[in-house]
Amino acid sequence: MYDPTVARLTYRALLGRRRALILGALPLLLIVISVIVRALVGADDQTASDLLGGLALATMVPIIGVIAGTGAIGPEIDDGSVVYLLSKPVKRPTIIFTKLIVAIAVTMVFSALPTLIAGLILNGNGQQIAVAYTVAALVSSIAYAALFLLLGTVSRHAVVFGLVYALVWEALFGSLVAGAKTLSVQQWSLAVAHKVAGGDLVTSDVSLPTATVLLVVVTVLATWYAGQKLRSLTLAGEE
Amino acid sequence: MAVEHPVTVPSGDQTRIHNIGYRTYDGPRLGRSYATRSLYSQSLRGAYGLGRSVKSKVLPMLLFVVMCVPAAIMVAVAVATKAHDLPVDYTRYAIIMQAVISLYVASQAPQSVSRDLRFKTVPLYFSRPIETADYVRAKYAALASAMFILTAAPLIVLYVGALLAKLDFADQTKGFGQGLVSVALLSLLFAGIGLVIASVTPRRGFGIAAVIAVMTISYGAVSTLQAIADAQGSSSAVPWIGLFSPVTLIDGLQSAFLGANSAFPGAVGPSNGEGVVYVLAVLGLIAASYGLLMRRYKKVGL
Repeated sequence: MYDPTVARLTYRALLGRRRALILGALPLLLIVISVIVRALVGADDQTASDLLGGLALATMVPIIGVIAGTGAIGPEIDDGSVVYLLSKPVKRPTIIFTKLIVAIAVTMVFSALPTLIAGLILNGNGQQIAVAYTVAALVSSIAYAALFLLLGTVSRHAVVFGLVYALVWEALFGSLVAGAKTLSVQQWSLAVAHKVAGGDLVTSDVSLPTATVLLVVVTVLATWYAGQKLRSLTLAGEE
Repeated sequence: MAVEHPVTVPSGDQTRIHNIGYRTYDGPRLGRSYATRSLYSQSLRGAYGLGRSVKSKVLPMLLFVVMCVPAAIMVAVAVATKAHDLPVDYTRYAIIMQAVISLYVASQAPQSVSRDLRFKTVPLYFSRPIETADYVRAKYAALASAMFILTAAPLIVLYVGALLAKLDFADQTKGFGQGLVSVALLSLLFAGIGLVIASVTPRRGFGIAAVIAVMTISYGAVSTLQAIADAQGSSSAVPWIGLFSPVTLIDGLQSAFLGANSAFPGAVGPSNGEGVVYVLAVLGLIAASYGLLMRRYKKVGL
């Protein structure tokens, strides 16, 4: 199920040249901000929770997920070079699975790790906040990577649709319509974080069993369907 | 080519290139400004998907509708309740809808320049009479106009609705004018930032992600820091932090000079003195993005 060559190619496509710099800029910004906040405010659990929840989990993880998830397969389909990969005797679900592993790894390294560091800087893991948000970032990395990888195989405008989901659906509709929160990766991962932290600082609108089931279902379904899409992929012209 | 033909060398004035009778072009030559105008109008149409496939019309048109519908609803509410004022200021509207505006610039800026880089059509443009400055100006003006259409259309809806609801004419016209100035500056600023980022990468998807990351992350970071500074009682720092993201720049500028209510925490916008810094920052950023684009296209893919 895992093909090292495909993995190597995907890593190169995701992190090659200047791309790693831009992917690295966001986590760096988060850490710089947390240093500033720590210097201004001192260790405060509520501030730490707001910053990690608002900036790290709500904005940074989805954006990194979009870049890594769609970037793992989108550009190849876009410029047509995916046919050289597909013509090799490697099963298409294997290709998808490998690319998913790589996308998850990249998202985790560039989002969960900085979240942990930022949490430690902000309040030294008081009330388990840093660990809780790191777990949330890890969990949502998996779901986002699978979801956006599927988008990458379905549409040429995957990045835009991914961002519309992450920013408009989760942030805007999620704050206006209560029902939208049930269908949000961010809330599912917060449910897991709530279990880890235990306190009232990290809360979610979804119960843990629902969240776990939905997370697993979405990840598995998205990966399976992406594999199916790749089996019957037709290369269209530009647009 | 194995067989060698005996070459008979013609002598004297018999050597000539045959004129096979094609006519030379003797129509009007429309020149540089015409080519620039064409590039401008094509780019502007392209920003709304006109003259492109149905699929690429979906997103810009959808975002345009999403921009206008809340304005129409507000007008309807104001008319139905016989209110004396619109529920939202003209200047505030773009700030509320900033996510939609950011998405629009993120999706259309790479569409405008990245594809030219990727399919290597930039050298073809420069084989026409236009020059670097013309290309940059046409693309910049086209995206800024497209953004202006996007941001001014809901204001027009609000204004027309306000007049139909017989709200105070002078008051509404003043607010409308201030709103137009603010969205014009916003269009120039956002278009400049979007184009500079998009012109670096030939990958459309990557350009979109980079533009949206700059827009939303900077806004998220700045508003978080402002909220914390406000909560810590150091309100004087709030306006200075606002200098570091495009949305808060426009917000601060219009609350200093265009009579807007600030969306900053504590609702305290920058004073006039700080407002000057905001104006300088906005104009500087616009000029800088123009300069960077010129530098970018001095030698590109050639």
